Amino acid sequence: MDYAAVVVLEILYMISFIALVSAGLAIVFGMMRVINLAHGEFVMLGGYTTLACFRAGIDLWFSMLIIAPLVVGIVGLIIERLVIRFLYGRMIDTMLATWGLSLLLIGIVTLIFGSSAVSVPAPISGYRLGAYQMGGYNLFIIAVTVVLYVGMWLVLRFTRLGLIARGAMQSAEVASSLGYNPRTVYMVTFTIGAALSGLAGGILAPLTGLLPSSGGGYIAQSFIAVITGGAGAVIAGTLTSSAMFGTISQIVSFASGPVLGDIVMLALAIVLLRLMPQGISGRFFRNSQ
Amino acid sequence: MKVWPSIGQMRWGWFILGAAVLLAWPVFFDTSTPTLLLTWALFALSLGLMWGYAGLLSFGHTAYFGLGAYVYAIAVVNIGESTIPLLLAILVPAIVAAIIGAMMFYGRISDVYMGVITLVVSLILFKFMSATAGDKYVIGDARLGGFNGIPGFPVLNVPGMPDVSLFGVPLYYVAVVALLGCYLLSRWILARSFGRILVGIRENESRCELLGYSVPAYKTAIFSISAAMAGLAGCLFANWAEIVTPSVFSLRSAAEVIIWVIVGGLGTLVGPIFGAIVLGMLKLLLGEQTLIDNSLILGLILVIVVLAIPRGVVPALQAWFKGRARIRTQRAGHLRARRRIAAPASERTP
Repeated sequence: MDYAAVVVLEILYMISFIALVSAGLAIVFGMMRVINLAHGEFVMLGGYTTLACFRAGIDLWFSMLIIAPLVVGIVGLIIERLVIRFLYGRMIDTMLATWGLSLLLIGIVTLIFGSSAVSVPAPISGYRLGAYQMGGYNLFIIAVTVVLYVGMWLVLRFTRLGLIARGAMQSAEVASSLGYNPRTVYMVTFTIGAALSGLAGGILAPLTGLLPSSGGGYIAQSFIAVITGGAGAVIAGTLTSSAMFGTISQIVSFASGPVLGDIVMLALAIVLLRLMPQGISGRFFRNSQ
Repeated sequence: MKVWPSIGQMRWGWFILGAAVLLAWPVFFDTSTPTLLLTWALFALSLGLMWGYAGLLSFGHTAYFGLGAYVYAIAVVNIGESTIPLLLAILVPAIVAAIIGAMMFYGRISDVYMGVITLVVSLILFKFMSATAGDKYVIGDARLGGFNGIPGFPVLNVPGMPDVSLFGVPLYYVAVVALLGCYLLSRWILARSFGRILVGIRENESRCELLGYSVPAYKTAIFSISAAMAGLAGCLFANWAEIVTPSVFSLRSAAEVIIWVIVGGLGTLVGPIFGAIVLGMLKLLLGEQTLIDNSLILGLILVIVVLAIPRGVVPALQAWFKGRARIRTQRAGHLRARRRIAAPASERTP
């Protein structure tokens, strides 16, 4: 019984992990059809921002929940103004340029923080569940993910900003003919997406540890979650694919080790993309967000 | 008058000059670094052929490079004599690419999804090979060895003579022959109707489809050929390094080859080769100092090239030289120049 609870909690944690890491990418891909290969590095930057603030004596909660998204959002804004805005409509070129950015960010972080692994202490201590020792911080991550996605849904569904965003998502032309400059919408979207990635990085930093190259570890999961989720319905699609990949990866991990879990997840993603080139949401959730 | 730049226009003079320089090099200089640069050049050529002419960008081409290296190492540990392992190192990546390519291209997957799938394939291989430490992961006599990779396997030997091994200067010559051979093969492919249809697919896929060509078959074929070349490059790399580690599959090396090709230039064969050699040298030089991180420079180069010269350096230079030549002829005589410039336009209209 305890073991079952542990398995369920671990699966929930894995789903939240994937959904949290993918949120920023999902928004940018869903709204702008821009595939940001520097996404993993945004997450990594969020982690390092948290670390730097924590070392400077700022409260850990404040640094991960407020400062990390702010800083990474500003970095995203700068990158959008300097690079991305020249490449709209050129998807492959955008992927290449953002890949270059990812290498650039890795280089800069290595320059500042060095290339050895560092960690941030977990602010919530563990608890016992029957015979098992559990990380209390995992529960916090699950809660944050739920709040984040509910918040995203509420904003998209019920606010004027969300209305404009959905409009621009469905038809950039119509939105611009109604007076909303799509370039501004894109700029705001990219900044928000970067801020969400920074938030994810800050929150996950105590769990995963930090390396300049650790962005590469996030990119595979978030990519396949967002792409198989599809661009048609960002929230529903990303949540569904996160749930599916998280569950399968964690079950395989319990059965035969974490590496096989990752591999099965990636292989499944390839098969799914072959079967549903439009993504899950392109097939099942055409009329939702 | 040519319609597509550099198809069927083999410049034999330049080729012979380049071959002569490469062949004479060991007389004067050290060959260790040049051998490595040549394997990288061959790797870049394989991607440049596919990306520049068929318009297919594999984001994880390092998967086939790495497969070539691993297949060679595993096979040669088991067999001992290197002829069959060398062939396997070319064949296995070609077959794997044919399977993956057929799955993607017959599924009509768009180029962006193709980028993601190819990238995921190399990530799978990276994760798998990194996790193969221990006695459980053994193929025949070869231990896969996880992060430490497979060290100390026999290097290439003269076919049929297992005792005469090729390393040092002979390995350099093997690399030269491989590069020049693959270059000629690529030229030959591009000069045939197969190559022309590939360029046609790059320019207008549905038109080629409507003309009755099976677009997925052509794409799968060029993907497989390109993977075979990458596999050969990987095999040479394994022989140069005398160890294969999972880092051949890493994101970093996947990015590097793309940078070499795009900096060198799309739609040329010389461009990727030069890109790989120049940037490879830069990488080795940067590796010697610790002040600035290597990936910072690489990333900066990629961003700037995509923004400023998206066609790459070699095509930009070619266009510049052509422009200069045109100005010169214009100065020489207005009438003759006007005829020269007018001619291609009139030929283009059917």
